[in-house]
Parts: sequence; C-alpha cells; structure tokens
Amino acid sequence: MRIPKEILKVKNLNVKLNGEEIIKDLNFEVREREVLVILGPNGAGKTTLLRTLLGLLPYTGEISWSKKDISYLPPQELFQRKDLSPLSIEEFFKFKKVSSEQILKILKEVGLDSSILKKKFGTLSTGQFQRMIIAWALVDEPSVLLFDEPTSGIDIGGQETIYSLLHKFWEERDLTILLVTHDLNIVWEHANNALCLNKKKLCYGKPKKILTPKNLEKIYGTGIKFYKHAHR
Amino acid sequence: MQFILALIMGAFIGGAAGYIGTLMLSKKMALVAGPLGHLTLPGIALALIYGFDVSLGALPFVIFGIILIWLFEIRTKLPMEALTAVVFASGVAITFLFLPEEKTVPALIGDISQISLIETVISVILALIVFFTTRKIFSKMILTSVSEDLAKVQGMDVKKYNLIYLTCIALIVALGVRVVGGLMTAALVAIPACTSRNLSKNLFQYSYGGMILGSLSCILGILVFEFTGISAGPLIIMTSTLFFLISLIFKR
Repeated sequence: MRIPKEILKVKNLNVKLNGEEIIKDLNFEVREREVLVILGPNGAGKTTLLRTLLGLLPYTGEISWSKKDISYLPPQELFQRKDLSPLSIEEFFKFKKVSSEQILKILKEVGLDSSILKKKFGTLSTGQFQRMIIAWALVDEPSVLLFDEPTSGIDIGGQETIYSLLHKFWEERDLTILLVTHDLNIVWEHANNALCLNKKKLCYGKPKKILTPKNLEKIYGTGIKFYKHAHR
Repeated sequence: MQFILALIMGAFIGGAAGYIGTLMLSKKMALVAGPLGHLTLPGIALALIYGFDVSLGALPFVIFGIILIWLFEIRTKLPMEALTAVVFASGVAITFLFLPEEKTVPALIGDISQISLIETVISVILALIVFFTTRKIFSKMILTSVSEDLAKVQGMDVKKYNLIYLTCIALIVALGVRVVGGLMTAALVAIPACTSRNLSKNLFQYSYGGMILGSLSCILGILVFEFTGISAGPLIIMTSTLFFLISLIFKR
C-alpha cells in the first residue's frame, strides 16, 4: 500500500506568549487525507497550536508544510458577527476571488439556498452561519482545512450536520483536516490520528490505541468517563 | 468663481471623507477624526497667521499627533483613546496660546470663502488619492473586522494595510479641516457613514452611499452658504445631520 505523502511536519515546536510557555517541545506529522483531531482541556494550547501552524504567532522549532493552499476557520467566538457593516454573504464570498458558479455549487453542497447570498452577514442563524462558513472555507478547494471548535454554540442536531458535512467533503476531495474539538465522539468516528495536548504532547497516535481511560484521565484530570458506542 | 471652486472642493473632499468614513465606522474608529481634527488646530493657526494653505499647516500636525499617540501607547500601554484625549487636548490648548482672536472662528469651523484654483486642484487630487487608495484596501480591511486571523491567512499584511489606512485618515482630516474647520472633522466622516449604514443592505451600497451623502451634504451646505452668508462648515454638518434624521424613517 502506498504511504500517503507528508503534508505537515512539526519538530521541537515551542510557543511562548507574553513570557508564558504555551506549547512545549511538540513533535508530530500529518499525512495527505489524514484527519488529525487535537484534544485537550481549556487552556491546553489547542487554538494557539493551530494559529502557530498558520504562521500567525511567533515560535521556535520547525513547522514545514508541503502544501500552500490551506484554509482556516477560527472558533465562533473569534468571529465578529454583530455590529458589523452591512456586508452581504455574496460580498463575503467575493473576498476570496472565486466565480459565482463556484459559490453557488458549494452552497448547494452544504445545503444552503442561493437566496442566502443577499442576506447580511450578521443576520444568519448559528446553524446557517456554520454551514456558510464551511462553504466559504472550501470554496477555493484547499488541500488542507484547519478547523477550531466547529460546533461550539450549536445544538446536538446541528453538530451532527457539521461533522457529516465535513466527512462528506473529506471523502469527496483529497482533503486533509486538522480539527480542534472537545467532542470525543468525533475522534472515534472520524479521526485517523489524535493528538492529546496540555501544553506538551500527552499522547499521539490512532484513537483506538491511545484514548485509554488512563490517558483520558491524564488529559482531562480525574472523573472523565467515556463510553464507546458499540454499534460501530 | 470662488463659489464654483468651493463647490468642487467641497464635493470631492466631502465624497472622499464620506467614503473612508464608512470604513472607519466599520472599524469603530469614526470618532477618531474628531481629536485628530483638533490636533490640526496649531497648524491651522500658523497657516492663518502666516497666510499659507490651511491643509498644508494641518497635515504635519495630524501626522505628528498620530506618531505621538502611537509612541505613548508603546511606552505606557494606556488605551489608545485615552492617549488621544491627552494629545488632542494639548493641541487645542497650544493653539489658543498664540491664535489671535479674529482667526479663532475660521480655525474652528473652516472657511472656504477664500480659495485659489491651485488649492482646489491640489485638494481634488488628494481627495481622489484618498478615495482610490481606500477603495483598494476596503474589502481586506472589512475582512479584518470580521476576523483578523482570516485576513492574515488570506495573505494580508495587516500592519501595512493599517499604515496605509492611517495615512488616508491623516490626509482626509487635513483636507476636511479646510471645509468644516478643526472642530467638526469627525462629523464629516461619521455622519454620512451612519446615514448610509441605516439605508444600505450590502457593502457596495454602504460605502458608495457614504460617498454620495458626504458629497451631497457639502454641495448643499456650500449652496446655502452662498445665499445666506452663514459659515459653510456648520451648514454642511447640519445638512448631513438632516440626511441622518431622514434615514431613520427608512432604516432597513
């Protein structure tokens, strides 16, 4: 079997912000079409890691990407949605310099009607916004998608939709996904690899191997129980 | 002839100010033009005393003020708006130390009754530069107000864009003080933007709406000035305010 090409290599990565060590001596790699889920408690450095991988924060060590077409979706709370200028969804898509056909096609794929294009950015419901933003991230067909807490603030039905949408795109395109989430179900269902983080790497590898009760306790502290679904 | 020149100058400066005002409102910086306008007062005072171009006097002071605020911020980590208060109040105080009383009113509320052809041409060119530069950076600057990270990932050099943006603001303030004086520059950028926001459904309508409203307010204000003799500066602002009040009825 062909070994997929390496997309990202991270070696001895250290990130310090305002004198505080946020990420310490981190090593991992991501291969083509891999879904890597980054797990960890609040303040573990997950968002910092994604932002560092994108070159948004200073670091020491090595980060090497073999692809340049990388798309990123920040967590919901980092989006300014209210009190914004009257920006229409169509204009938001035009920031990416894509054709109207590409926009209509991707909207259809995420299950949104083209009438949404005329709506104002701040008036979408949370669920609509999340579908729209996934469409926005994928409209120019990137090779890699970095997605931070995609379902925060969304109800359970909505969460399933977001992940099944991501899964669909992953299957249809040669997409590599790095995903930050709190949701352990996602790790079991969609991840090829998981990286457990709490400032430093706590565990890394295939979810079935590494997400043992002992490791989960190491990540989240005591009191965490996880019941793996038997139907898969 | 003076009247025609004033109309042309007002239309271009008002339009450019209204246009960049929509971006400033989006970045929650609409009021910044106020203190920056006050900062230009020593420069305007010097220009009025020694008889040179008002905008020429204003520009170095507004640039000096921006640099001073920027340096104070690095040194003290105090909020930018508090430092702006420190710097602009000092600017006003210094002005009144040496500005003769008869020059006070034109410095504060503007005077476009005495302008030359060359001043008009230069003002129009600078207003056009502000407009086209702002248009070039507009969409990326709006993206930074949605999410700065997204803008950076899209390959935007945020620092460079901010510098271009601040330079445009400095230019428009220096131009604006000629039309409405050092006291009311915030109104020149903020009111048309607020009115346009009330009326528009998308960015295109919003930004060009700001431009048209800014331009129209100046034209109408100067027209009323021609027939009544009341200072143009307050008339322009009052016209702009009237448009704002009307927009409340049609708010989308």
